[in-house]
Amino acid sequence: MNDATRLAASGGFADSIKKPALLIRGLRKAFADVQAVDGMDLEVAAGECFGLLGPNGAGKTTTIEICEGLTEPDEGQVELLGLNWSRGSRELRQRIGIQLQETQFPDKLTVEETLRLFRSFFRHGISVDESIRTAQLEEKRGSRVGGLSGGQKQRLAMACALVGDPELLFLDEPTTGLDPQARRHLWDLVDELKLAGRTIILTTHYMEEAERLCDRVAIMDHGRVIALGTPQQLIATVGGEDIVEFAVSYSQVPNAGSPPHEQEAVRGNPGPGAPGHERVQGVVDAEKLTAIPGVQSHRVDAALHQLSVSELHTTVPRIFAALAAEGLHLSEFRTHSATLEDVFVRLTGRNLRDE
Amino acid sequence: MNELGLSSLYQLTMARFRLLSREPEAIFWIFIFPILLAAGLGIAFRNRPADVLPVAATTSQLTQALSADKGLNAKEMDEASGTHSLATGAILLLAVQEPDGVAYQYDDTNPDARTARLLADRAVQVAAGQRDAVQAENQLIHETGSRYIDFVVPGLLGMNLMGSAIWGLGFAIVEARQKKLLKRMVASPMPRWQYLASFLLSRLVMLVIEVVAFLGFAGLVFGVPFRGSLWQLGFLCVLTSMAFSALGLLISSRARTMEAASGLMNLVMLPMWILSGVFFSASRFPAVIQPFVRALPLTAANEAFRANMLQGTNLTHLVAPVGILLAWLAVPFAVSLRIFRWR
Repeated sequence: MNDATRLAASGGFADSIKKPALLIRGLRKAFADVQAVDGMDLEVAAGECFGLLGPNGAGKTTTIEICEGLTEPDEGQVELLGLNWSRGSRELRQRIGIQLQETQFPDKLTVEETLRLFRSFFRHGISVDESIRTAQLEEKRGSRVGGLSGGQKQRLAMACALVGDPELLFLDEPTTGLDPQARRHLWDLVDELKLAGRTIILTTHYMEEAERLCDRVAIMDHGRVIALGTPQQLIATVGGEDIVEFAVSYSQVPNAGSPPHEQEAVRGNPGPGAPGHERVQGVVDAEKLTAIPGVQSHRVDAALHQLSVSELHTTVPRIFAALAAEGLHLSEFRTHSATLEDVFVRLTGRNLRDE
Repeated sequence: MNELGLSSLYQLTMARFRLLSREPEAIFWIFIFPILLAAGLGIAFRNRPADVLPVAATTSQLTQALSADKGLNAKEMDEASGTHSLATGAILLLAVQEPDGVAYQYDDTNPDARTARLLADRAVQVAAGQRDAVQAENQLIHETGSRYIDFVVPGLLGMNLMGSAIWGLGFAIVEARQKKLLKRMVASPMPRWQYLASFLLSRLVMLVIEVVAFLGFAGLVFGVPFRGSLWQLGFLCVLTSMAFSALGLLISSRARTMEAASGLMNLVMLPMWILSGVFFSASRFPAVIQPFVRALPLTAANEAFRANMLQGTNLTHLVAPVGILLAWLAVPFAVSLRIFRWR
């Protein structure tokens, strides 16, 4: 990505330099009584890898399917590569690549036959061999689709989206349901596509995926964009670089010791009902906590306190001291670097994966 | 890759072939099943040569007299074992020598036994010296075209074309919709008409194999006649198959699940299996429902096939059934194109 597009990506003087690859204005769509997309504006620059992030039901898939010309919006404009679906649909179909959520290709066709079929729909594109190579399916070329693993099927779907050599690529939850290894494998593939300069728009409800892959992300909730920016910018809005989570009990209550799962739970939230562990809630004075230098904010979710802090190494001893002065005993304590997950939690008060 | 290999219509059609040929059950139902059915029916309803009737007599003289008739197979047995054989159905008639003549023991409600009684009495009378008062000669006629197998083969042809078109199209389309493959296809630049056309094209090619295999079997093994023009028969097969394909398209144009689709297919096909004259003539149904029965596509197809094959009727005299089939092709096709659900 060059400097011009990087500036465009952060919403600068994009239009004067290059048309955006995707432009959404005032988009609305309702299904029965659910407002799936509720007034959305978005711009994605050419060459950008853009992520739509949000919990299930946030409106990501509806938005992306409207962009793909598969769903009619109730209101608003969508422009792709300077074209729109009402007039330029024929050309658009040739120039974009689409990977849908949960497509099942015919089980009894082989990988190569499936790709040959999809290649035949495009006037221009890469060769079937090249798409097989890109998706690293060489060994499975002659295998039937029904015998592929989940990750291989997803890479086949990706290859089908790539055979037309698209300028703009839509990936709807490309790694949902994959095991960690297959997910990393797919990330590497997306990395290569980014290097090749393609514009990629992907949806995901995995924060780490968005952080890993996307130049910019829009966090969606209830059909709206609630935050937009680079992952770093968004994480910075949390107010501190690190998150401290702890639970307390009165010191009179004997502490059963630190449960083993705490060491593992570096990120995310095991939730209040973590197995085999009972919290006895102590009373914490929130104002005293936020008065500690280095503590930016405090929130409490089901007896688990969350502080966003800067300068972890000096702030944590102060937190210990403050709690001890209150006669409170720590029953849980952990820290992790702030993530997009924390951004979502701060904006909505909910955890992404609770939905 | 050559031009053809790059054509999307060719690739779509080839994909249909591949999918069908990799489905062993489909091969069985389309190709093997109708032949097995025709073979079974042909054997069950074959016109057997006149049976030789088993009879018995109590004396060797009588047995000899009965054996003189080629229609009788006579044995000698005493009266006790003869009565037992009669009761168990081993023989149809027992001729008992009485002092003043012959007594025939048989069941007069059994037509074969009555025939045996006539043959036996004539043989006994002839042996005793009776001569025919009028000279008589037998001329035997076994005409092809009037047998049950000749009637049922055109019906099976129509039924098979209906089944393969409706099942072939219906299940494939609904499965593709259920697996979100249809949605994926329309998300690509594929022209939509080509997707539907690939079904019709593959159907046409399968049709040739299917019809030639089935009618070839019926012709070679049972000698079913082909009295009409084969080209016209071919045209009727294509028309029938396309009409049922249109119906299959209509059935599958909205259904989201296989269960819904298979229910609809049975709803459409079951009345035709019964009413449309596959196994017995459609004219057996009461006059009140005849207009309905005659408007069904399978009735029209079967009528046209029978007229062509059995009577050698020219297409110009089959305007009514051809018209009905054309209507069944045009209307469901037009409707399904309007209401087809691509996702």
